[in-house]
Amino acid sequence: MKAVQAAAPRFGSLRRIGALVLRHLYLLRGSWPRVLELMYWPTVQMILWGFITIFLVGNSSWVAQASGVLISAVLLWDVLFRGQLGVSLVFLEELWSRNLGQLFVSPLRPWELVAALVTMSLIRTLIGVGGAALVAIPLFDYSVFDIGLPLIAFFVNLIVMGWSIGLLVSGLVLRHGLGAEGLAWFVVFALQPVTGVYYPIDILPEWLQSVAFFLPSSHVFTGMRAVLFEQVFRADLLLNAVVLNVAYLAAGIAIFLYYFRVARIRGQLLHVGE
Amino acid sequence: MSDPAVAVRHATKRFDDVLAVDDVSFEVAHGSTVALLGGNGAGKTTTIAMLLGLLLPTRGEIEIFGVDMIRERYRVLPRMNFSSPYVDLPKRLTVAENLRVYGQLYGVRRLGARLREVAEALDIGALLKRRYGELSSGQKTRVTLAKALLNEPELLLLDEPTASLDPDTADWVRSYLERYRDRSGATLLLASHNMTEVERMCDQVLMMRAGRLVDRGTPQELLERYGRKNMEEVFIDIARERLAPAARAAGRGRK
Repeated sequence: MKAVQAAAPRFGSLRRIGALVLRHLYLLRGSWPRVLELMYWPTVQMILWGFITIFLVGNSSWVAQASGVLISAVLLWDVLFRGQLGVSLVFLEELWSRNLGQLFVSPLRPWELVAALVTMSLIRTLIGVGGAALVAIPLFDYSVFDIGLPLIAFFVNLIVMGWSIGLLVSGLVLRHGLGAEGLAWFVVFALQPVTGVYYPIDILPEWLQSVAFFLPSSHVFTGMRAVLFEQVFRADLLLNAVVLNVAYLAAGIAIFLYYFRVARIRGQLLHVGE
Repeated sequence: MSDPAVAVRHATKRFDDVLAVDDVSFEVAHGSTVALLGGNGAGKTTTIAMLLGLLLPTRGEIEIFGVDMIRERYRVLPRMNFSSPYVDLPKRLTVAENLRVYGQLYGVRRLGARLREVAEALDIGALLKRRYGELSSGQKTRVTLAKALLNEPELLLLDEPTASLDPDTADWVRSYLERYRDRSGATLLLASHNMTEVERMCDQVLMMRAGRLVDRGTPQELLERYGRKNMEEVFIDIARERLAPAARAAGRGRK
């Protein structure tokens, strides 16, 4: 082995994960519109729901009880959406630049790519949603950070659910090509009506409530309302969300790795993106 | 041949109804330069993709430096690299950013110093701050070659290394690769359509047609076997199924 070559680590390498994260940080650093885009929609959505809140506080006794409920809901929903989008878009970036072939002739392992994708998703979500949350403080005199420690639990559960869906979408794009890239933009919205972002799950038909039970996000948003309306932290809901998320994340990773293996059988690593 | 750098045994790759590579076996000695030749669709790129671990063979075995590429490729990938004008680097990153990312992926020690060395050797110092997507074909080839040499690979796989280059740049690239091979003792395996390149650089030639390895030998042996003056004529003979008697007999023997 040559002097410039490092010995191959047995299981994986933080350095390689860092290299891939660095590649996407370079991309962000080199393009201010990309950074602006990260904050643009979360901020626009937050402003929209902020004004709706101002209107409803005088017209709805439910909103009046906890005026931050809608702004908190929109910001936390964006954690889920941006978490998913972060994984999917960073993966798509590799396809658009036809870089997968170069990456996987290097010693990079598929799970290291997964780790880099979720790390970049975390960074992108913190920039996007964090920026919008900070703008809400002077604009609507509301700080989502007042939720306190439960906010961390909500954030972690929603972003992990986003990662799981993002990995599923990335696997499908790897399998079916860039024709399937639209999934990255709309698939998560199919869950929004069932997840009870802006209203309690109880208003859903009974059969849909059963569906909602199997979504980690519905437990998070119910928990968020418990904190805001009753000042109670529901550990039971958190536990439900965590258990479901463990299953979701395991399934997301397994599906992505399965499609990666299929891509190695079908020869898609060199050609996907063309 | 003992302890080859590359050993391929009965490698076969089928995509649904298409048999892209059909029962191919060959060995490549340490420090040699071997060309994989054949017309479009002959199976060269598929073979290289299997050697790189990007593609799983349907059947057969591939060993590189004695390591099973199908099951343990991560042990050997740090000692290999690959360059192709058809596989890009990220276009929006600068040349220096691309090389830093790949240097880190390959775990290159003293990366800063190594980047300067490679940049000087490949004359890309002036390009380091430019975005990869803004470069000309010749400049991109030199940059992808720089990426491929960052880890000083002991096995370098090259897919048409001088495609779309002007004769002067192509000659420069060939000279550089020859110097690298002579200095480092690396093994080179290249797919090419440029027969001048093959005659100049390669010790051995593997001829593929329709997924099969139909003939092999040194350039001189092939010229004599086919009674031709240059490798281009040999290439055309093989592409048009005018195989030398020995190769025809070997093909019949395999059926």
